[in-house]
Amino acid sequence: MRSDAGILPESASYHRSIGDCVLDLMVRNCPNLRALGISMRGTKTILAFGPKSSRKGTDHQEEVKMKKSVFLGALTVAGLAAGLASAGTMDDVKAKGFLQCGVSTGLVGFAAPDANGEWDGFDVSVCRAIAAAVLGDAKAVKFTPTTGKTRFTALASGEVDVLARNTTWTFSRDVDLKFTFIGVNYYDGQGFMVPKALGVASAKDLDGATVCIQTGTTTELNLADYFRANNIKYEPVPIETNAEAQQQYLAGACDVYTTDASGLAATRATFENPGDHVLLPEIISKEPLGPLVRHGDDQWADLVKWTLNALISAEELGVTSANLAEMSKAPGNNPEINRLLGTEGDLGSMLGLDKAWAARAIAAGGNYGEIFARNIGEATSIGLARGLNAQWANGGLIYSPPFR
Amino acid sequence: MTATTDTDKSVFRLSMLIYDTRYRSLTIQAVALILFMLGVAWLLNNAAENLAALGKPLSFGFLTHPAGYDINQRLVEYTSQSTHARAALVGILNTLLVAVLGCITATLIGVTVGVLRLSKNWIVARLMTVYIEGFRNVPVLLWIVLFMAIFIETFPQPRDFRGADATASMYLGESVALTNRGFYIPKPVFYDGSWIVIAVFVVSLIGMWSFARMARKKQEATGQILPVMWVNLAIFVIPSVLVYFVMGKPIGLDMPVLKGFNFAGGFYMRNSLIALWLALSLYTAAFIAEAVRSGIQAVSHGQTEAAFALGIRPGRTMSLIILPQALRVIIPPLISQYLNLTKNSSLAIAVGYMDITGTLGGITLNQTGREMESLLMLMACYLTISLTVSAIMNWYNESIKLKER
Ligand SMILES: N[C@@H](CCC(=O)N[C@@H](CS)C(=O)NCC(=O)O)C(=O)O
Repeated sequence: MRSDAGILPESASYHRSIGDCVLDLMVRNCPNLRALGISMRGTKTILAFGPKSSRKGTDHQEEVKMKKSVFLGALTVAGLAAGLASAGTMDDVKAKGFLQCGVSTGLVGFAAPDANGEWDGFDVSVCRAIAAAVLGDAKAVKFTPTTGKTRFTALASGEVDVLARNTTWTFSRDVDLKFTFIGVNYYDGQGFMVPKALGVASAKDLDGATVCIQTGTTTELNLADYFRANNIKYEPVPIETNAEAQQQYLAGACDVYTTDASGLAATRATFENPGDHVLLPEIISKEPLGPLVRHGDDQWADLVKWTLNALISAEELGVTSANLAEMSKAPGNNPEINRLLGTEGDLGSMLGLDKAWAARAIAAGGNYGEIFARNIGEATSIGLARGLNAQWANGGLIYSPPFR
Repeated sequence: MTATTDTDKSVFRLSMLIYDTRYRSLTIQAVALILFMLGVAWLLNNAAENLAALGKPLSFGFLTHPAGYDINQRLVEYTSQSTHARAALVGILNTLLVAVLGCITATLIGVTVGVLRLSKNWIVARLMTVYIEGFRNVPVLLWIVLFMAIFIETFPQPRDFRGADATASMYLGESVALTNRGFYIPKPVFYDGSWIVIAVFVVSLIGMWSFARMARKKQEATGQILPVMWVNLAIFVIPSVLVYFVMGKPIGLDMPVLKGFNFAGGFYMRNSLIALWLALSLYTAAFIAEAVRSGIQAVSHGQTEAAFALGIRPGRTMSLIILPQALRVIIPPLISQYLNLTKNSSLAIAVGYMDITGTLGGITLNQTGREMESLLMLMACYLTISLTVSAIMNWYNESIKLKER
């Protein structure tokens, strides 16, 4: 039983569907079941009926592999198999023909289905760019809505290939939960929103307030720290999703809603009277939000990382969706643009892709600046200024390592 | 008989394990047991290997680390600096609280409804049927969420109680506030000398019990019925009240008052607790009512007729003759309803009630990434609670069982 042979990835993901479908249907269609989904998914992951080595590589003897896959295939029919991610996520994605992307359950501007049921938003754009780079089709993405609590299990179990869900890069998530954060697409911090009518001017005035807070987030830990440090009391109301928080907050079941400031702005934009609510001046934490993948698949991590960098570099280098087609026709006189768009050199093949991968990623939704402006920028109802998220050359923190 | 045994002992062949009916069942059982154990071992081995592959070998060390999060309802001392183990304890106590409250109310409602469903009054009986069918046939999760939603949307916010143009007001002489965050009710506070009142109260309780015993003895001996209820009511109220005033009112009430964002003082019963408690009670009560009804119907109608023939009034017939016999039928299904209620309380997370599933199986699991450990512990907790409940109830069942002599 302890041979090092890899199980055929296809067979694992194939049989996986039986149990998962039922579970996922339940979990997705009933918001409150989602809360419970975490435990079901959690168990399943651990009890995954694949040999421990399944992710180590495929370069093993075909014969052993066959035998094992038949044996395990038979067992997995029981519906118990979960998807421990197999050898190469990139190969998996190519074989599936679509990218499975974990997003939030709905946060307008970041990830939410639009009027036609198509997912759209700042985080969604990253998923689309990846799909465009790998598969050549920005629409070849399936979205898995995750709550603050279910997101990590979804990623660890292989249910999603990449998680782009307002997720803060922290030490323990990186080191202990074993995820690779591939960069930061939004530098944020935790803020507070209160109804104007309360007349609160500072977070320090919140002594005794009832605070709505999403569970399973960094936010709930920051909140505890901040109130303890300032020696003020509060009553936490734990909540699963942004939608529930909004409902409780608007009904006055809590005085304050706290989460990432960007999330607050996005939530407020959907209110009937956004003007009746204010964000308090305090920003109590650093929340670098970015996409993440599982530890242990560096090829995939590199791809996701450099796709984001391509979007950022494109803005810095002045490549936009308007001039992209023109620029990628023939090499121009900026060598870095040429390397990025594949008109010079062959960076794409180092990633296991073709030359035009980055051009496709940029074509999916424009460069970083365009994505920002369209989804959450000042011209939108969310109205976020670039601030920390301006290019480094403009005094912001957005900075891509060079393409060479 | 002796002859056959002798020959068998002398020649035992291996094939007899299969072909000899005396050994066959043992063989089958042994094989089944071995297969079962192999299966379990394989599962465990698999889990261990997969955990190791994930780089997360089984370890419970995280329980001693600071939890870092706050819990609103805590029956024991807890801060965000307490350990995850402590957070789990807070969760267990919250689970037990709602389970105990739920079991009590479910029983009260269930017995009443069960009896009323057999009422001769057509409307009452039909209403009870509607209630039972309504609650039994809709998943309890929906009831919980519905109660919470109604709660949040219908009761006023604390803010509405403020100012000259307040749109909401308190009840019972400014002592009870019903808000969409929960109910605030007065809390007793004990000053010096209050222990004497409490002691007197306890003594009165003992007095009530002894009087009831005496009355029963007397009735058994002479047939004379003493007015137990009235006398006991007097014992219950008079001495304690007297001492209370004599001692100069040493027990006061801490009234909730609007202060800042919320009411302060008094007892705060959170909306999540009330919604969960109510939903679990009403849901489980529907099942208990059915158990009660079937128990009552299992008692032969001749018993009622005999009681009436002896001139016993209907109320007494029910409480003295029918229910005691029905209990023997009711208790076993009641046990499983109590267990169901306890397990259903794990749906608490849907309304943000911080039970053991919300703390250990929720935030702790999520913040530490220790799924396997948390879930194993969670299962152990529910198992322990359930086994304890059923042990107690089985003991009670044993004690009311028909003693066959
Ligand atoms: N950045 C924090 C909080 C992330 C979070 O939960 N954000 C909220 C509001 S900004 C959200 O995305 N909610 C959407 C949903 O409920 O699905 C973390 O990573 O723990």
